Amino acid sequence: MKFHDPQAMKLERPCFDLGDVDRRIFLKSMSLPCLAVACGAAWRAAPAEASPAAESDAQYVVEARFYEKLPFKKIKCKLCPRECVIDDHERGYCGVRENRGGTYYSLVYSRVVSMNVDPIEKKPLFHFLPGSNAFSIATAGCNVNCKMCQNWQISQVRPEQIKATYMPPEQVAKQAALHACPVIAYTYSEPVVFSEFMIDAAAAGRAAGLRSVVVTGGFVQTEALKKICSTVDAIKVDLKGYSQKFYKEVVNGELKPVLDAIVNIRKLGVWTEIVCLVVPTLNDSEEEFKGLAQWVKTELGPDVPLHFSLFHPEYLLTNLPPTPISTSSAPRPLQMPKGSTTSTLGMYRAILRKVPTAPNATRYWSGAADSSLWRSGLRKASVPTAKSRFQASGAEKFCDRHLLNLGPDVQTKVRCVCQD
Amino acid sequence: MLLKSAITTRRVFLRSNLGMGAVFMAGRASGSDSILGPQGTAPGGKSRVVVARDEKLRVGNSSPSQDGILKILDRALQTFFDRDQPIEAWKQLVRPGEVVGLKVNCLAGRGISTNRQLVEGICERLQQVGVRSIVIWDRLNADLESVGFKIIEGNAGIRCFGNDFAGYEQELAVYGSVGSLLSTTLTRICDAVINLPVLKDHGITGITGALKNMFGAIHNPNKYHLNVGDPYVADVNMLPAVRQKIRLSICDATTAQYEGGPSFMPQWTWPYNGLIVARDPVAMDYTCWQIIERKRAEKGLEPLSRVKRAPVYLSTAADSRHQLGTCDPNKIQLVET
Repeated sequence: MKFHDPQAMKLERPCFDLGDVDRRIFLKSMSLPCLAVACGAAWRAAPAEASPAAESDAQYVVEARFYEKLPFKKIKCKLCPRECVIDDHERGYCGVRENRGGTYYSLVYSRVVSMNVDPIEKKPLFHFLPGSNAFSIATAGCNVNCKMCQNWQISQVRPEQIKATYMPPEQVAKQAALHACPVIAYTYSEPVVFSEFMIDAAAAGRAAGLRSVVVTGGFVQTEALKKICSTVDAIKVDLKGYSQKFYKEVVNGELKPVLDAIVNIRKLGVWTEIVCLVVPTLNDSEEEFKGLAQWVKTELGPDVPLHFSLFHPEYLLTNLPPTPISTSSAPRPLQMPKGSTTSTLGMYRAILRKVPTAPNATRYWSGAADSSLWRSGLRKASVPTAKSRFQASGAEKFCDRHLLNLGPDVQTKVRCVCQD
Repeated sequence: MLLKSAITTRRVFLRSNLGMGAVFMAGRASGSDSILGPQGTAPGGKSRVVVARDEKLRVGNSSPSQDGILKILDRALQTFFDRDQPIEAWKQLVRPGEVVGLKVNCLAGRGISTNRQLVEGICERLQQVGVRSIVIWDRLNADLESVGFKIIEGNAGIRCFGNDFAGYEQELAVYGSVGSLLSTTLTRICDAVINLPVLKDHGITGITGALKNMFGAIHNPNKYHLNVGDPYVADVNMLPAVRQKIRLSICDATTAQYEGGPSFMPQWTWPYNGLIVARDPVAMDYTCWQIIERKRAEKGLEPLSRVKRAPVYLSTAADSRHQLGTCDPNKIQLVET
């Protein structure tokens, strides 16, 4: 298999950390040699390399599901709010969907460019099967172009510019089960642009008793979103900021459709968590945080986890410093008054991610009702007892979505915040 | 602002230049017309654009003949460099021993792409001035093959391959709104590039000309069609490798298309039977735009500005930050031959 290309490995960036123990387990359990060479990082291909000329793309090409045909062999994509009108032989903004003779095709069906076994907290999903592993996959492509993209080597390239492996939906489910992952995660790039593949893989996973979670920017049209929501179990939305200006200038997208999508995800009953990457000087004003928290509380409810993660210079934003690291840098409107179980804006769960307080440690601060929840690293989570979390949350019922995985034999139900 | 003034004087520009026969400029070209010269500047600091046409280039709907295209090519180059012999003109452009890239545009297949006959003619002239290594390139091998080019790899001679064969740089090239991986054909293989766009309409960016053709040198052109390509088209052409290596643009206008591009739409093409030559890519694109507008008007179609496709990026390319050329007709010396 072509994954053994040493050049590809040289280019790889180990940005997805697994703890030592997990890496060993991970490597030992991997049946695909190509995954093993990833050395604990997500396997990612080299974007700068050309694909072998002889490689056939046909196996990755399926007719797209969300588009309409226009006169003169044009089409209008109906997958995301951008609604690209695309001429014959041309592609949409995402670069992974192409008009061929008036029919629109996805070029990334089963075309996996990145796969890994991740703790689900890395998505981050803190309240969906916590402690479990997620078999995480991605294809090339994205429908926005964030200047601070951490994964631009796969999200901002075209499928033929990056090495891939053929992994049809059933195989995705098989691999997840093989690696003892109860969850399949569609992540790293933008799963919306590989909706056809994701929907089918999620269905295959569901048939095999697996859950599916999506990590997305939420820039998606309602019809496509409904289809996605009908097959997946949780969605983490990267809400890039809370101003149209930021979305226009930094994300190359639009804010309102994303907000609408998040509301719809909640309405459709899919477990939702939100992450905002705090970029110094660009989306870190107190007004913006306040507006964001207020919106989450009002439109979604105070129990929707709102994570804040830290920016580091990457892609087209290498001129900015990393987000200042200190617990005091937690957005002030979200900080918890002493003795309170909610933040000043009533958020139960405002989480500042990746706050190292000791060398080689990654801590997660939760300014929330369960503020005793300090996590050091993803796999060394100091998981609170189910009882304490349940009591702290004041929940009234259980849901199996929130099975707390405390080990191979122990699963404890904790607070349910979904509408089931 | 510049663009606005350009639009208001468009009619005057067309009447005085394109529609009125040849305006052959006598006299030797200035010293700036050397290999290292910044632009194809004419006396008065104007950007020279040569439009060479031959109504007898083809018979009926047949393809242009090899001899016919070579004759126009020679006439255009001799006029542009003001030389009596074709070889002398080409000597102004390249040096023996250089690796010269020919950036063709083959996206739309045989209907409206850079003609093979034109490319063959250029190769012939390049070889005559001592260039032994020529690379014909575009984005994809498949695109090149669709036009009839044969993929030829290797290390010397005449080669032909797409970026999908050659690959891209690993480091981003960044300017303004653009961050892209550049084709290694441009960055590593070629010493100089001759840009060979086609004259056609584009459904998003108004026209595809010299500036837009360099989208074929980056890995992510799909990201840069927003806002009629402004400022992306200009910014891509500011990337150092692009700006420094392009020596000349020769627009294949043997067949042109005034609507429905970039795909080939035969109902909207016409035989323009010409080549357009310039060093200033903005002046070339402005000229291309006016030709397309004139044809659209003749066919009863609205101007591109009315359908929100005026190539406003030309104004950006000409602004004080970019200085890629001029789209002011008063600063363009249009020579028709």
